[in-house]
Amino acid sequence: MSWAWFHRFGSPPYFYRVAGKLAPWFGWSALVLVLVSLYGGLVRAPVDYYQSDAFRIIYVHVPASWLALMTYTTMAVSAAIGLVWRIKVAHAVAVACAPAGVSFTVVSLVTGMIWGQPTWGTWWAWDPRIVSQLFLLFFFLGYIGLRSAIDDPDRADRASAVLAIVGVVNVPIVRFSVDWWNSLHQAPTVMRMDKPAMPWEMLWPLLLMALAYTLYFFWIMLVRARAEVLRRDRGGQWVREALARDAAGGSA
Amino acid sequence: MTPTRRKRLYLVLGILAGVAIAAVLALQAFRSNVMFFFDPTQVAEGEVQEGARFRLGGMVQEGSVQRVSGTLETRFVVTDFKHELNVTYSGVLPDLFKEGQGVVAHGRLNAGGIFVADEVLAKHDEKYMPPEVERSLKRGESRLEPAQGG
Repeated sequence: MSWAWFHRFGSPPYFYRVAGKLAPWFGWSALVLVLVSLYGGLVRAPVDYYQSDAFRIIYVHVPASWLALMTYTTMAVSAAIGLVWRIKVAHAVAVACAPAGVSFTVVSLVTGMIWGQPTWGTWWAWDPRIVSQLFLLFFFLGYIGLRSAIDDPDRADRASAVLAIVGVVNVPIVRFSVDWWNSLHQAPTVMRMDKPAMPWEMLWPLLLMALAYTLYFFWIMLVRARAEVLRRDRGGQWVREALARDAAGGSA
Repeated sequence: MTPTRRKRLYLVLGILAGVAIAAVLALQAFRSNVMFFFDPTQVAEGEVQEGARFRLGGMVQEGSVQRVSGTLETRFVVTDFKHELNVTYSGVLPDLFKEGQGVVAHGRLNAGGIFVADEVLAKHDEKYMPPEVERSLKRGESRLEPAQGG
């Protein structure tokens, strides 16, 4: 197997150019899919027999929670690649994941609270699922905080990569907390061995919304990673050329 | 892979393994604290310290809910289909509190073995379905399999 493509992506000018071409596709398709799945989830899907319309927050809450875990895993894997192979673009990708991860985790926690108040009868419970999700938020914030506390970029890369790798242990804990311990939070409806405990007309907007969130994640991550790559090589020859090309309207 | 890179890769895997082992040990040690609630079987087997405040979780037994007229007091039975426990609660119940559904009550056992709750939360399960499907499932007419899950 050839690793040439992998090494090509490690080159900042190549990454900057290709990410700039890909990002708008991800962004626009995310927008279209969000609108379609919102219509599917809020209009087409039937009410739930037990929660009636309150269940519809699932279309925001569950994809946000999935993406929070996926974003963390992406961040930790790219930080590890950056640490082992000393690839700066990999660190830039990890840096770009962190703010997206914070927003997914916050959306997940806040929509969970809004749903918890009328259904469980409380905004917050010290439940294993909720607490491990809160830890996930702290790992994202810790990663951002640690980076901004270290001035030297190479040392910041290495230190924050170790933190990201340590925190990846929390990812399976979030996922399996509802299986391992008694919890107030319900067990998984979709991500389980059995078939989903949800009829298709409720399920498709959820899966489509998860895809939309994923595309949105790729969009925002690539946009931020491009900016990070530029920032790291500011003043460099290729940056001046790339910016001149962008100003001339050559590359989106 | 160059030797330095291999060394760094082993270092990363070593950190990961170390943290994973530490997390497993810590979670094992705090197992009872991580549990959000005890079920009636655990209470019957004496896993709960006597007189301690704890959370009791299980299903509200069908036909067990009694409201004391003129007060906010509600009495019901929490069951895990092996053991059951009588619960009394004064206060407003959550909207999703219903017979045959999950519940988590916070309180303590009194001398008479009745669980006196000061907070009752509804525990929702992971199943979602439209009302028509639920009605036909209840009538037993549907050929749809009811979703199984724990």
